[in-house]
Amino acid sequence: MQSPSPQPQEQGGHHHPEQWSWYHYFLYNTDHKVIGIQYLVTAFVFYLIAGVMALLMRTELYTADPDFLAPEVYNMLLTNHGTLMIFFWIVPAAIGGFGNYLVPLMIGAKDMAFPNLNAIAFWLNPIAAIFLFASLFFGGAQAGWTSYPPLSLITNNAGQSLWILAIALIGTSSILGALNFLVTIYKLKTPNMQWDELPLFCWAMVATSLLALFSTPVLAIGLIMLLFDINFGTGFFRPEMGGDVVVYQHLFWFYSHPAVYLMILPIFGIMSEVISTHARKPIFGYKAIAYSSLAICVVGLFVWVHHMFTSGTPAWMRMFFTISTLIVAVPTGVKIFSWVATLWGGKIRLTSPLLFAVGLLAMFVFGGLSGVTLGAAPFDIHVHDTYYVVAHFHYVLFGGSVFGLYAAIYHWFPKITGRMYNETLGRVHFVLTFIGTNLTFLPMHNLGLQGMPRRIAMYDPQFEFINKICTYGSMILGISILPFFFNMIWSWSQGTPAGRNPWRSLTLEWQTTSPPAIENFDEEPIVWAGPYDYGVDTQTFEADDPTVEEILAEVGQEMK
Amino acid sequence: MTTTLDASQNGAYPAKTTAAVSESHGEHGDHRVLGLMTFLASESLMFFGIFTAYLIYRSTAEVWPPEGTEVELFLPAINTIILVSSSFVIHMGDLAIKKGEVQKMRLWYAATIVMGLVFLGGQIYEYTELGYGLSTNVFSSCFYVMTGFHGLHVFVGVLMMMGVLWRSRRPGHYSATKHTGVEMTEIYWHFVDIIWIILFVLLYILTLF
Repeated sequence: MQSPSPQPQEQGGHHHPEQWSWYHYFLYNTDHKVIGIQYLVTAFVFYLIAGVMALLMRTELYTADPDFLAPEVYNMLLTNHGTLMIFFWIVPAAIGGFGNYLVPLMIGAKDMAFPNLNAIAFWLNPIAAIFLFASLFFGGAQAGWTSYPPLSLITNNAGQSLWILAIALIGTSSILGALNFLVTIYKLKTPNMQWDELPLFCWAMVATSLLALFSTPVLAIGLIMLLFDINFGTGFFRPEMGGDVVVYQHLFWFYSHPAVYLMILPIFGIMSEVISTHARKPIFGYKAIAYSSLAICVVGLFVWVHHMFTSGTPAWMRMFFTISTLIVAVPTGVKIFSWVATLWGGKIRLTSPLLFAVGLLAMFVFGGLSGVTLGAAPFDIHVHDTYYVVAHFHYVLFGGSVFGLYAAIYHWFPKITGRMYNETLGRVHFVLTFIGTNLTFLPMHNLGLQGMPRRIAMYDPQFEFINKICTYGSMILGISILPFFFNMIWSWSQGTPAGRNPWRSLTLEWQTTSPPAIENFDEEPIVWAGPYDYGVDTQTFEADDPTVEEILAEVGQEMK
Repeated sequence: MTTTLDASQNGAYPAKTTAAVSESHGEHGDHRVLGLMTFLASESLMFFGIFTAYLIYRSTAEVWPPEGTEVELFLPAINTIILVSSSFVIHMGDLAIKKGEVQKMRLWYAATIVMGLVFLGGQIYEYTELGYGLSTNVFSSCFYVMTGFHGLHVFVGVLMMMGVLWRSRRPGHYSATKHTGVEMTEIYWHFVDIIWIILFVLLYILTLF
């Protein structure tokens, strides 16, 4: 419904300064770029905290005996490490951070469709974090990030309840963000941009938002039911009252399986932008990549039971969900091949974003393959709840999502800050991270195949050697943050000015100043080429209009 | 290191250089109705989750509802009639505002508020009359959480309609062409109504079989 404006609004009715001061970033602010940075920085803080938790756990696992941490503390750490990494780092950074910062710029809009809702959605994050950290003072949730009953009903009720409230709040934030993205892309896309000129990151955000919109509420209701079971004596997940613990698993995984696509689809979008720009080649299979995001979104809603093959799932369900899980690998494979084909024969610039993107390709393929093995029920039953699973999802979440986030940070750093980062430090960061990741998580496959269960502080001494390797790897990962951290801090204030478009990229966000003006574009952005028309002469192509003979003559020249 | 972008060289896509200023770029357009619809689509999945859980419990139970937790039908049936007809009442309010008749719209909305409150009152009365509580068995848990969660939505709807009444006291706040708030409240109320119909079938009608 378009409301007629009473008077011509030259200032748009807004009152804001010419430029944001530093303190604006700590206050309620409706500018999507400020919100994007707020998301990224807070999420990164949670990433560091969760990373320290991981290092503590790896230190504990250095020896077979539980001699470093008390078992309750270990359980608390593993629960909150997973929770923070998933709900407070990858999802907010990829969707909230880059989604907010980039989507309006890429579609040539001034802001999101609902700027206030956007700010509210962000501020739910710190509030949720307060709940989560408050839960730690009560001993913290200890039932794993999945919080399966009956374990979650009997361990540390206070900590578990606060944990549930934290997740419910951050889920609300996710839903509000998702509806904002959908309306923004649908309604505010600059009119001279066709749907097939929409940057692939925006396509990925459409798929991500649809998933978040339809799966998050199911988790919310599952958690509310769990909260009632813990505190108000209901019997949803209490078999003695007629309840059923497997119902919780269904509700939980109906969200939490799509959640892995929430964490990787925006990264896929980032990959398409980064690879095409730094390989200086048109993206291979634009439509295939765009539609495969939507295919992942649809099929991804119907695979969740593969997490429950050992929960008494009947054989016909195992069969159905094995098949649907293997089908999801197809659209994912389409993307992988498209990126490889984009790199093929490109004028590749080995910048830090591209290094991370290529590293992601390697590790995501590896994690994807182990995912296919896990999706097959016969194999899954053997390795369920072993370190094989831990290895798999760290390959896709760390090797995939976190590498993608690093690629995105380096790629858009010049746009966000207006300055270039230090390339050498970026490469050092990449090398350390790549070695650390593989050293930490590759041996875990072996641990799992040998039968070491996950989520335990004490294990059989025969696994000690491999565990030591993993711990060394995790220390390298811990150190790998330092060059990144120093690079970011130093470059933000001291880096060489980047100019509008240091990468000579074609998407619209590079048409404005770096950092962009408060309402993004001083002049209406112009879609003068497709987003990935690198090396394609869009200006003179039609004017020349060569005849068939001319084309044949040209080919004949090449043949000689 | 800047790339010069010159619109005049834009020979390849001449059609795109025209019509640069559009509705979305004039000023922030009003997309609230679309936003609300998207939100309700998401919200309905929350009900879908607990409805599905309820059906699973029902399919595995021997007797449903378990003995001692039967529901009463008469009062809820009257409540259902009140809530369903309130959807028509609120729609009359919407028709009125589309003709610019603010006073009539206020009357219809006030009537809907009364009907919503009667529904909530009936719900609370039913709670006090039933001989079991939240923690009797899984059926009673479902019963109270489902109706309670829906009741919360009804309550929010009543607050929204009160907000419309409060705002519409100022002449000219809503008019025949500008009444997004009125429209959104109506859409939300229809949503609450539809959810109730499903809920009524699940919790009351299905217990007869």
